[in-house]
Amino acid sequence: MAVTRGFLGKRRGQEHRLPPGQYDVGGGWPVLTAEATPRLDPQRWTMTVDGLVSSPTTWTWDQLHELPPSSYVGDIHCVTTWSKFDVTFRGVSVDLLLEAAGPQPEAAYVMAHSTTGYTTNLPLADVTDGKAWVVWEYGGKPLPREHGGPVRLLVPHLYFWKSAKWVTRLELMAHDRRGFWEQNGYHDRGDPWAEQRYQGD
Amino acid sequence: MTDAPLPIEEVQAVETAWTTGIVIEKAQPTDDLVQLRVHVQDRIRHRPGQHYLIRLRAPDDYTAQRSYSVASDDDDPLVEFLVERLPDGEVSSHLYDVVEVGDELEVRGPIGRWFTWDTTTPAVVLVGGTGVVPAVAMLRTARRLGRTDLLRVVAVGRSPDHLPYRAELAKAGASLAYTRVSADTRAAGAPTADEVRPLLEGVELAYVCGSARFASYAETLLVDCGMPVEGIRVERFGPTG
Ligand SMILES: Cc1cc2nc3c(=O)[nH]c(=O)nc-3n(C[C@H](O)[C@H](O)[C@H](O)COP(=O)(O)OP(=O)(O)OC[C@H]3O[C@@H](n4cnc5c(N)ncnc54)[C@H](O)[C@@H]3O)c2cc1C
Repeated sequence: MAVTRGFLGKRRGQEHRLPPGQYDVGGGWPVLTAEATPRLDPQRWTMTVDGLVSSPTTWTWDQLHELPPSSYVGDIHCVTTWSKFDVTFRGVSVDLLLEAAGPQPEAAYVMAHSTTGYTTNLPLADVTDGKAWVVWEYGGKPLPREHGGPVRLLVPHLYFWKSAKWVTRLELMAHDRRGFWEQNGYHDRGDPWAEQRYQGD
Repeated sequence: MTDAPLPIEEVQAVETAWTTGIVIEKAQPTDDLVQLRVHVQDRIRHRPGQHYLIRLRAPDDYTAQRSYSVASDDDDPLVEFLVERLPDGEVSSHLYDVVEVGDELEVRGPIGRWFTWDTTTPAVVLVGGTGVVPAVAMLRTARRLGRTDLLRVVAVGRSPDHLPYRAELAKAGASLAYTRVSADTRAAGAPTADEVRPLLEGVELAYVCGSARFASYAETLLVDCGMPVEGIRVERFGPTG
């Protein structure tokens, strides 16, 4: 497309880490939600893995904290064009949860459900092999409520709407089904480096 | 746009692609607001509440894109945006300082199927600052369809000068609240539960739009006034929360 007359760009910071069309939000962390922010009592919250698994499993808050923890340190990218560098999240690897539940061979997709009814779909391959976490700590502190606290899914290699806030359930499926934003026009996979923002990208 | 005027309730969101927008009108109603009215090539019809992406491109192909809500009704031949210039804002300062009538911009839209008003559901709209933009689109559409009784808009600004479209909102019957100055009979301050509760009668949906701080305040207020959480749709833009 044509060059915009008079535009040179501010290009703050480290462009090689920025996927196309993204900008470095710096120290901030925009809050973008479609729903009112729920107040969840961690002691009443549970995490379930079910659907196409051999043993559907549910963890309480305390049980989840007994699993071996792991951290993600790296960048995150939101479809609304901000990226944030060098963030730290702590929680458990989704691999551990899947291991306990035992995905059936036909399972190829995951639907993440949140307590608010929000859903988002992912290929199973995008949440296995150390690519996804269920996290409750950000920068060494409890995950703030507006960022999904007490617990959110974290799939940092995809646009951040895939990292469902207030996650409560991972449902394994044989066939892909669109989640909330995907039905509302967003891309099924959401790879920031391929700029898969909307259906048709 | 199609020739057959499909009722807007039946307009479905479709896949969008980048296209060219030509700036036909530019106004700077205040030191930090710019209003652009844009002709969009191969335009797709929109519902009130939807937004467009505007993308700027540098000579070396570096791009910056941001989302901007549409202020205009679907029957307006131009798509209208109202943008707040942020000090140091990459895209908003270009739109305010540099863009001239006749310039081409890359645009894509309309986008968003959740934060849209279907034109038939009674709703409360609680908006702050530049968050008024989608409310303006909703009111303009309601006026064309003769359905203004379905919308109850509360628009909040720091002062009258910080409330875009203030005159139009007032004329359309919106309640205006200023957080820093008193005006008419109303003392300075955010809208209160006593002011908002009566507006919720018979309402099925609430739309909240504004900065993260405004949105959290508005959500809490609505819930305190008895609005079910499931009936609240939020669009946050503005500074980090
Ligand atoms: C769905 C949607 C609809 C939107 N509609 C509108 C609209 O109708 N009108 C409009 O003006 N904006 C709107 N926005 C916000 C807009 O997309 C940009 O974020 C905004 O214009 C800032 O972009 P920038 O490139 O100028 O600033 P950037 O270069 O991105 O940011 C500059 C600095 O300002 C901070 N900042 C970002 N936004 C704000 C703010 N609002 N106030 C104070 N500081 C801020 C950033 O954190 C950063 O530090 C909308 C956003 C969304 C997601």
